[in-house]
Amino acid sequence: MIPTPAQVWLIPCLPLLAAGLGAVTPRRGRRLAAAAAILGMLGALVLSGFALCGALAAPSVHAFSNFDWFALGDGAVRLGWLLDPLSALLCAMVSLVGVLIFVFSLGYMDEDPNFTRFFCFLSLFASAMLCVVLANSLLLLFIGWEVMGLASYLLIGFWFHKPAAAAAAKKAFIVTRIGDLGLLLGMVWLYSATGSLLFYDGGRGVLEAGVLGGLAAPGLAGGLAASTGIGLLVFCGAAGKSGQFPLHVWLPDAMEGPTPVSALIHAATMVAAGVFLIARMFPLFSADLALPSVPVHALTVVAGIGAITALLGAAIAVAQQDLKRVLAFSTISQLGYMMLALGVGSWVAAIFHLLTHAFFKALLFLSAGSVIHATHHEQDIRRLGGLRGPMRTTFATFAVGMMALAGVPFLFSGFWSKEAILRAASGWTVSSLPLYAGLAGVVLTAFYMTRLLCGVFGGEARSPAAAHAHESPATITVPLVVLSIGSIGLGFLGTPAWPWLQSQLTGERIPSRPLLEGGGLTVLSIVLVATGLGAGWALYARRGRATAGDKDPLEAAAPGIFAFLGARMKIDEAYAATVGRLCSLSAAFADFLDRRVWGGLVAALGKLGEGAGSLNSGADEAGINAAFDAVTRGLRRTGRAYSKAQTGEAQGYLRALAVAFVVLALLALFGGLR
Amino acid sequence: MSGIPVLSLLVFAPWAGALLLVLLPNLGQRACRALTLVFSLSTLGLGLAAAGSFDRADTGYQFVETHRWIASLNVNYHLGLDGLSLILVLLTGLLAPAGLLASQRGDRDPGHFGMLFLLLQGAALGVFLALDFFHWFIFWELSLLPAYFLIKCWGGPGAARAAFQFVIYTMGGSAFLLLGFVAIFAATGTLDFVQLAHLGASGELGARLSALGGFWPEAVFLGVFLGFAVKVPLYPFHTWLPAAYAEAPTGVSMFLTGILSKMGVYGFLRILWPLFPGQLHAAALPLLWLALGGVVLGAFAAMKQTDLKRMVAYSSVNHLGYCLLALFAVSAATGRLGSPGASDAAALSGTLLQIFNHGISAAALFFCVGILEERSGGRRGLGDFGGVRTVAPVFAGLCGLAMFSSLGLPGLNGFVGEFLIFRGVWGLVPWAAAIACLGLLATALFLMTFWQRVFHGPRAGAAAGPFADIRGLDLAVLIPLAALMIVLGVLPQILTGLFNPLITSWAGHLPLP
Repeated sequence: MIPTPAQVWLIPCLPLLAAGLGAVTPRRGRRLAAAAAILGMLGALVLSGFALCGALAAPSVHAFSNFDWFALGDGAVRLGWLLDPLSALLCAMVSLVGVLIFVFSLGYMDEDPNFTRFFCFLSLFASAMLCVVLANSLLLLFIGWEVMGLASYLLIGFWFHKPAAAAAAKKAFIVTRIGDLGLLLGMVWLYSATGSLLFYDGGRGVLEAGVLGGLAAPGLAGGLAASTGIGLLVFCGAAGKSGQFPLHVWLPDAMEGPTPVSALIHAATMVAAGVFLIARMFPLFSADLALPSVPVHALTVVAGIGAITALLGAAIAVAQQDLKRVLAFSTISQLGYMMLALGVGSWVAAIFHLLTHAFFKALLFLSAGSVIHATHHEQDIRRLGGLRGPMRTTFATFAVGMMALAGVPFLFSGFWSKEAILRAASGWTVSSLPLYAGLAGVVLTAFYMTRLLCGVFGGEARSPAAAHAHESPATITVPLVVLSIGSIGLGFLGTPAWPWLQSQLTGERIPSRPLLEGGGLTVLSIVLVATGLGAGWALYARRGRATAGDKDPLEAAAPGIFAFLGARMKIDEAYAATVGRLCSLSAAFADFLDRRVWGGLVAALGKLGEGAGSLNSGADEAGINAAFDAVTRGLRRTGRAYSKAQTGEAQGYLRALAVAFVVLALLALFGGLR
Repeated sequence: MSGIPVLSLLVFAPWAGALLLVLLPNLGQRACRALTLVFSLSTLGLGLAAAGSFDRADTGYQFVETHRWIASLNVNYHLGLDGLSLILVLLTGLLAPAGLLASQRGDRDPGHFGMLFLLLQGAALGVFLALDFFHWFIFWELSLLPAYFLIKCWGGPGAARAAFQFVIYTMGGSAFLLLGFVAIFAATGTLDFVQLAHLGASGELGARLSALGGFWPEAVFLGVFLGFAVKVPLYPFHTWLPAAYAEAPTGVSMFLTGILSKMGVYGFLRILWPLFPGQLHAAALPLLWLALGGVVLGAFAAMKQTDLKRMVAYSSVNHLGYCLLALFAVSAATGRLGSPGASDAAALSGTLLQIFNHGISAAALFFCVGILEERSGGRRGLGDFGGVRTVAPVFAGLCGLAMFSSLGLPGLNGFVGEFLIFRGVWGLVPWAAAIACLGLLATALFLMTFWQRVFHGPRAGAAAGPFADIRGLDLAVLIPLAALMIVLGVLPQILTGLFNPLITSWAGHLPLP
């Protein structure tokens, strides 16, 4: 029962149903919500397994199934599902790690009053992530991508009554959204330029040669190709999600979420989505490589950012005191390695490292969670220590994860995938800097992981919480053991001697080469790993910290640098002083415009109207009305004067008559009146 | 239902309700409310019935009613419905009853409240359905009076001033609109929108107006433009909006933002654009900047607000800015060689979706702020709450849904419209789309701040004491809106199916400048 591409929507649908069920389950329905979530995830795992079998049977085929979402103009907005080895492998990884972390959460979140909500959010996340990896359309991928961001937001802020968690959740959402705006613009650009967002569509998809040819032509200002511009915008989104410099600042804060969340979302799966996105769209990113004269290739930027992030994350991790923050910066650094691999052209190496990293980093986080659970939420490595004895299983699994991450040779998966990246970087013709950054990162990684292992498990317990720790229950330790097996075994799928994974991903037979191909580089990196381990051992194991108040040996040696790294290179402060200030200034400016300028203009206009009104009434009163009044007053005065004559006495009237008669007679006589 | 004058029924049923309320002054409060609600719901029922028998492929007006009215002025009673008016009628049918339900608990004179509310509803429907300027303008102006009294008599402490400013400002705009149409009538002898649109498309309208005098086409355009710009409002004619929306009672704020602001957008789409394609094209560049001002500065101004209701009001300035941005982009690019019709169709579809989706999410947000206000005895400051999610998780969930819908989270309704607008604007005027992105970012910032300060953190302020989660009537308002946010986010075809043929024909026959 291998699912066809038209049926793979079932895979994200199962966890989505579980999430819906969890959303309406009342708080006391803990078993129901957890069972639904785990069953949904198991169902997705089984289906992914079948899908993987189907995809691996024909690795060179991109099997797709497209459908109309809604009608738009003469055409329609189309979405689709895609089944090829890349999506099937990621799908299987996500659902396997997901199942393990869900089971782990049963024990870890047991005492939380919002237990049902937790499983609802986890399922929502898993569904969105599966949608991302199975999408055959950038739009569908974007939908899953953003819903995943929402789930991440809800889970970072799961303990929302803590102000730090609420602030971290908001920060994560905003910072990733900044990147996502780039992705949105890249997406609408791609859509405008090609009329489609489908990856594969029988020759009309945006990742297929016919369409790419049109994009990879130097048509923009400065001789840039459209594919370069689109690629760089898409990379903004990938950088935000995958914690790449300079958008990495949200990831360490995201550790405010419960530890299973850190393991699933902020280590194994979601943060790797950016790497996946570029690997998925690699044909588009590499389309401009054929143009020798363009000012910059999209992949060159990817490689540069990846190299900076790999080195910067590792350096900051050296000086962190919080167990989960060390792992967070290590995640940033490892994601940088993956971006570096993509940038130098080896997306296969990036995906190989993505898969191995998912296992060993989930393992490290869950082991850390086991420690935190056992010590009642003590995460400060200065106050831990001595857990080697009481927590044997956790110690063993943490050590496996640590060695895989550090790249301890041959047995551990991290070694093989990191070698693949370094080999790809050494073959890059543009610059050797990414290789040097990668090699420097190798020493630092081995060093800070040794420091962490010694700090947590070595020496003596430095707090009552650490002294009274006990091994965690089976729901916690069993997933750890399973992940340990993966952290070791997965590496053997991609060794140079048997490049099975590489062959499957590319769909071409890659010939077997000597196990230690390019011997010099391998030897160098083994030496570097040994150097890092040895230095860490010398500083932290032989002379372990005795009390919580002791200074870190590095702090004693170089307090300035240690404090600078410990404060995460002050990047957060720099953002607060620049971007943060700019934002609040813009807000103040917009508000000022409204209140004073536009509001003032309206008020002035109102005043003008009022003024015109009073002018008008003034003119009426003082001009027309006053004149009218004056005339009437005169009339009345005259009338009053006349009225005095109207006395009503007959004698008076006769007297006046006689006088008038005399005057008339005189006038007639002397005036010549005939 | 050929014999039944559906559109007249749609317009006048709410007014019949208002009349009944006047004639029955001795009704009890409950009866008044029930009566109001029934007549308000008539729009939804009739609107759905109309949608059911609406021929989606027909891009002309349907259910047309024409009667001679004032022969000497060549005025006809002319109603008609197309995809654009249909979604506005449906939106009115949804939001008017929701606004009434949200006002159920106010105990001040429900009879008069209901009467005014129904008057307002009928007037809005008249605006969306009338096709002759004469009665269209009567509806347009009649919507102001009930709104004025609803804000002034049932609003907050600053309501008198806010209502006054709202009415005077809008009437000021309308005066220019009226003058413009007087000139149009003088030039053409008709006030029928359909005929005028034909004249506009052929350029005849401009020619006849210039016959009156050289500057007349521009002056008339400007007058009509001002009337709509104030109503939407377009930046910077928006300063009446925050005060009016903030001081109005909750149910009225929902209606104002959901419906009244859409009257302006409708005017742009139905009247200004078809009648003055050339002038709009010529003015498109500065207008694009004004729309961007609304999108970006509106969102940033929202960040600065501490009154939650003013914050949501400013988010409306931002969201309506997207609608106008898309229209102006289409107009700016009209006639450009090789202007791609797909971008036009995307931008215009996005505008129509945004009209509907903004109505739902903004009304829901206003309602949520109203709940906060009611539970806290009238407080609605950003700092007046804390940890509300702890005490009212269901309310927090629904309010969160409205917020994420408003900030355009994919999977919810708001995204589809905004995505199409960005897709269209990018294809037509790329730099405008790039600048508009800042508005998306600022929207996320202030909504997340709202959410964090009010719902997260330890319980504080008004939420420190007893604070009931929502139930009953409040759920009856929010649940349908929330369900629509999800359904329309996943299946936008439900809406786009109603207007896509219309959009296609618009995009195919863009009036040449």
